[in-house]
Amino acid sequence: MSAYYLSHLDELESEAIFVIREVVAQFERPALLFSGGKDSIALAYLSRKAFYPARIPFPLVHIDTGHNFPETIAYRDWLVAELGVKLIVGSVQESIDKGRVKEETGFYASRNALQTVTLLDTIGQYKFDAAMGGARRDEEKARAKERFFSHRDEFGQWDPKNQRPELWNIFNGRKNPGEHFRVFPISNWTELDVWQYLQRENIPLPKLYFAHEREVIERDGVLLSTSPWLKLKPEEKPVVKRVRFRTCGDMPITGAVESDADTIEKIIQEIATSRRTERGTRADDRRSETSMEDRKRNGYF
Amino acid sequence: MIRSQILRFTTAGSVDDGKSTLIGRLLFDSKAIFEDQLEAVKQSSMRKGFDYVDLSLLTDGLKSEREQGITIDVAYRYFSTPKRKFIIADTPGHIQYTRNMVTGASTANLALILIDARKGLVEQTFRHSFIASLLKIPHIIVCINKMDLVDYSREVFEKIVDDYKAFSSKLEVSDIQFVPISALHGDNVVNRSDKMPWYQGATLMHMLETVHIESDYNHIDGRFPVQYVIRPHTKEHGDFRGYAGRVAGGIFREGDEVMVMPSGFITRIKSIHLGEKLISEAFAPMSVVITLTDDIDVCRGDMLCKPNNQPGTSQDIDLMLCWMNPRPVSLQSKFIIRHTTKEVRGILKEIQYRLDINTLQRIEGVEQLRMNDLARVKIRTSQPLLFDSYRKNRITGSMILIDESTNETVAGGMII
Repeated sequence: MSAYYLSHLDELESEAIFVIREVVAQFERPALLFSGGKDSIALAYLSRKAFYPARIPFPLVHIDTGHNFPETIAYRDWLVAELGVKLIVGSVQESIDKGRVKEETGFYASRNALQTVTLLDTIGQYKFDAAMGGARRDEEKARAKERFFSHRDEFGQWDPKNQRPELWNIFNGRKNPGEHFRVFPISNWTELDVWQYLQRENIPLPKLYFAHEREVIERDGVLLSTSPWLKLKPEEKPVVKRVRFRTCGDMPITGAVESDADTIEKIIQEIATSRRTERGTRADDRRSETSMEDRKRNGYF
Repeated sequence: MIRSQILRFTTAGSVDDGKSTLIGRLLFDSKAIFEDQLEAVKQSSMRKGFDYVDLSLLTDGLKSEREQGITIDVAYRYFSTPKRKFIIADTPGHIQYTRNMVTGASTANLALILIDARKGLVEQTFRHSFIASLLKIPHIIVCINKMDLVDYSREVFEKIVDDYKAFSSKLEVSDIQFVPISALHGDNVVNRSDKMPWYQGATLMHMLETVHIESDYNHIDGRFPVQYVIRPHTKEHGDFRGYAGRVAGGIFREGDEVMVMPSGFITRIKSIHLGEKLISEAFAPMSVVITLTDDIDVCRGDMLCKPNNQPGTSQDIDLMLCWMNPRPVSLQSKFIIRHTTKEVRGILKEIQYRLDINTLQRIEGVEQLRMNDLARVKIRTSQPLLFDSYRKNRITGSMILIDESTNETVAGGMII
């Protein structure tokens, strides 16, 4: 290194590692919320870097809706073995079977909102006091006001109007018993930063992110993959298209984009010139203008 | 690989000074606003009965903010050009949100100050400039906005520049630049204006892309607060004992002699690690792991420094304090203090004066501090802190105060 300054990726990496280490230093039972998406994959690899040569000192927690892409589950199991980290699965199906939540019905049925109950139950069951997630401030406007260390009351709720001030890089993780924190180490990363980092670090990714042939239907301007959980309207006829996914949520709500980008270089090229946000392909955010803020208040990721 | 840097800047202002328009312009002209975001804002504007696209809706994130049409909390925005990645801490300018301005300023390299060309310097200009100076933001760009409404007049611009220079001689900011703009029409924001041929300086974007930020971190006084001790307990790395942390100042090299504070033990750096890689040197703000040649007891809250350049160490600390909680504070109140990676207890011993943020007047004989007050105080800590003055190092010179009963962050402090 000739000059004493960091590139933007090095500075973001350094900031994220600092936050992850701060979580382990300040909390007794931290966990990493792993969705199978690229942001939580980046977070898992950053965690490895933060503690190397020791192993990652917290488990990966996956809230399994039962509606995941099979590719996501295969990747998750591979990653857990690769990193030598413990996996804890919270099952939405179990929450439904136990009567904790009621399944939505109709064409727009989704288990997205149900996840919150399973997530909070899992946090309670394992007594996690800090749950790290891969959310970024550039994703959505309610997230733009989120802290790195975000306090949750004993009901798991976020109070956006009463957040603790967060100055410099000094983080306050103090809390009462029963409360917990959500922590977002890659708050300051953009979608493009994440992709550039995954490329630079040669991090393997689920195949869903790369262009492939898939049977889809078009609904409200969004391409949805056919699956046992997607109820088709009479006029909806599945067609095979060459697509890829920009996010990896549940199958019935994650929209695909038509794309030929089959390498990470081509994906970066595509994002750099894209004129739509990645969450624009998510049916869960399109329910109302404040759907993310409302879900976050109740304890969502 | 791209070597673009990050520039973090703060903006403060009210609805009508054009701040939102300027941010919208920067985001839009650098193509950081996406079609679906613009579509959502257009629809909201229409629902509200506006006949224009209200770009402030892009930055006002929370329901209550949109209902009231004001920014309450700090919002972070991102855009980038081929040269730099920019992080905007967009903060409200009203006096009752001083704490949010301070929060936004705490991590900024640069402050963007907007002045309405028709109005010149107003109370808010003084307040925002003073906070930038107090928080030691190294660079200020003063944007004289709405030049289109004063016929792009050179005299108006120069008068405001003179007024600002006269006022800012009282501040501690060395790097101040001025630019005449119209955020609405885009003059001198990203593209050079043909309406002001008398202005020979750079556009705002050019200033943001080129301002010299390489010296913003302290690279002179070696400071490494130990954050976490890494002990793998595996066969392969059985003896490994590494000190994880983020360099807060100076440059640490393999083989360097270092002193462990507060024990005073002198040893050498055996190796520096960044993940699996071994590196030869580390500087702020790198997060690394350092191993030492001697097997000594070092823990979180300790600090590595150079034997001939040590931080201050004391239990009596002089501070500029920004009180951030609705509950006022009085002398003899006790707190938890977080300073670098150390946590101690502290007690408020003395309020020397409160500062009127609009007039910079010192008000003595104050017994209580209220929300958004700035004051010079003395505190006593339960253990000695290892610190530098905030002027010398923003990392080892800053602290937060936490209420012991509510766990809320109630104040930010800058060591004098």
